[in-house]
Amino acid sequence: MSAHTLYDKVWQQHVVKQYDDGTSLLYIDRHLVQEVSSPQAFAGLVAEDRKLVRPAAHIAVADHAVPTRLRHLPLPDGLASRQVARLQENCARFGVHYVGMNDNRHGIVHVIGPELGFTLPGATLVCGDSHTSTHGAFGAIAFGIGASECECVFATQTLRQKRQRTMRVTLNGALQPGVAVKDIILALIARIGTNGGVGHAIEYAGPAVATLSMEARMTLCNMSIEAGSRVGMIAPDATTIAYVRGRKLAPKPEQQAAAEAYWLSLASDADAVFDREVELDVSALVPHVSWGTNPGETAPVSSRIPDPALEADPARRAKMERSLHYMALQPGMRLDEIAIDKVFIGSCTNGRIEDLRLAAEVVAGRHVAPSVSGIVVPGSASVRLQAEAEGLDRVFIDAGFEWRDAGCSMCVAMNDDRLQPGERCASTSNRNFEGRQGQGGRTHLMSPAMAAAAAVSGHLVDVRSLKAAS
Amino acid sequence: MEKFVTLTSVAAPLPEADVDTDIIFPARFLLLLDKVGLGKHLFHERRHAPGGASTDFVLNTPPFDAAKILVADANFGSGSSREQAVWALSDFGIRCVIAPSFGEIFYSNCFKNGVLPVVLTGEAHRNAMSAAASGQPFVVDLESQTVMFPNGPAVPFEIDPYRKRALMLGLDEIGGILAEDADDIASFEARHRASQPWLFLDDGRLDQLFDETEPS
Repeated sequence: MSAHTLYDKVWQQHVVKQYDDGTSLLYIDRHLVQEVSSPQAFAGLVAEDRKLVRPAAHIAVADHAVPTRLRHLPLPDGLASRQVARLQENCARFGVHYVGMNDNRHGIVHVIGPELGFTLPGATLVCGDSHTSTHGAFGAIAFGIGASECECVFATQTLRQKRQRTMRVTLNGALQPGVAVKDIILALIARIGTNGGVGHAIEYAGPAVATLSMEARMTLCNMSIEAGSRVGMIAPDATTIAYVRGRKLAPKPEQQAAAEAYWLSLASDADAVFDREVELDVSALVPHVSWGTNPGETAPVSSRIPDPALEADPARRAKMERSLHYMALQPGMRLDEIAIDKVFIGSCTNGRIEDLRLAAEVVAGRHVAPSVSGIVVPGSASVRLQAEAEGLDRVFIDAGFEWRDAGCSMCVAMNDDRLQPGERCASTSNRNFEGRQGQGGRTHLMSPAMAAAAAVSGHLVDVRSLKAAS
Repeated sequence: MEKFVTLTSVAAPLPEADVDTDIIFPARFLLLLDKVGLGKHLFHERRHAPGGASTDFVLNTPPFDAAKILVADANFGSGSSREQAVWALSDFGIRCVIAPSFGEIFYSNCFKNGVLPVVLTGEAHRNAMSAAASGQPFVVDLESQTVMFPNGPAVPFEIDPYRKRALMLGLDEIGGILAEDADDIASFEARHRASQPWLFLDDGRLDQLFDETEPS
């Protein structure tokens, strides 16, 4: 019996059949449905008069288009209102459970899936959203799909897929104080590139992973897609089991022991062979920020903006020049001298309770710089309520932040939360693409503590220097 | 799905790496509920100046405004899973994108919509980019898996046999699975339910969760 990786084990358990052409029909256990990628998928079912075969395999929630304030009022009539209404109508028609905007279980799909116990180790889980890789933190094969594939899951509970190659990212050492898991993933993407993981399922392993909370593991897996990998996974362990146990949709008590024993058996065998290995010593890491228009254009906050003229590869040089032009930055500038206008703390990457605690710790007793405005958008209603119970909302409000309701918000700028052209934002989100936070907006990606430090300083800054000064 | 067999067209050169799906189809247009008519939002920020006037972006510039082929650079279509990026390309008239590498979800979405993504690297890609700029037509032939540049040799490309067949026949993937694999899925599901019963939420857990009243 040969040795298997975590990915292989979960994959094998879901192969319905193998075709002669190298593809497999993969069974999909769970599907998170949101308003942006589902209307056309539901419309496809209607057009072909097809059934949605297993309604209990889906949960639907509107997260991208919803406003993050004045939620008790009806949505103003418009495209967003119609999109949210369409999701609700489709769910009623096809018998899918829908979480309403003012429900205490509402939130970003990738935050509420784990909170509810909908996300389980060893499962296959999909969503019409690229950050579905988040759920791999539980040892699930979880990946983003397009609307056509959403329709296929509705109609067949399967997807025709090709097995990915495997890449193990071993994280050694321990993080220094003030350095976060966000810095690990940004540094990794800077190292392997935004297409460094294409075709591969990443498994994060090593001593630094073992000590991470589930929240931190989700941040890590969430941004796998920014390295090009649809799938990022971590083997289930005691931390995973402690998180899942007692969740509303976790295994029933009589199934719990069998489920947990099975989950613990999924870890990659000691002699399993990966197609590619990458190692990173996290003890040497410092806080990172992005300077360009993809997450690979990232550097230590203490460094200077790189000079495209020194880049040997012409395509890469051209891309750097374009990025700096869009970002209105000059080579050689110190990153920690870049002034900002806005701060966004939230998203499926960094909108969980631990993220808000880390940001609040920096903000407490300080005030947002006069030139800056900031919003804090919890990833879910549950995160918001927990934060309010801990008094974090007061910390943020007293410091001059706006405290909002849950949603994707300024990570994707599909609601009213968006940058104006030319505005510059310190953001805990996952993408710094051109226009991502609003047309003409400029994004710098960083950890929650770093975004909080930027808010109170008025410019990008190493959060560790702030701590030393206070 | 529209078949893809062979295509003859000028090819628009877009020599820029990391063109992500937010550039191809900005997020604010994702609020639209249909998949037709999205071509007008394709590369919106590149094709329109802030005031709304047309720019000199390649797809605004004859003869490339009628191109059915786009020659892009590395990591084209990276980022989000939005299939709108492919629907917009297709609605604009683009049926084939040639690049050294693609975002994985974008690549997969192309095949659901009769759009052929062709991976060409190194010298073959450089030749494609410079040949595109000439404004002379390319010939893409899926059967022989070749791209012929104007006045150039036929350059081969790789493609999964399954995806090639689906494109050439314009297969309805979902219909195929329902017609041919339904029994296999049913028997798999029975085995799966027996071995991991906790994965099946029709046992009352989901109803119970949603029956609870949790006023906000």
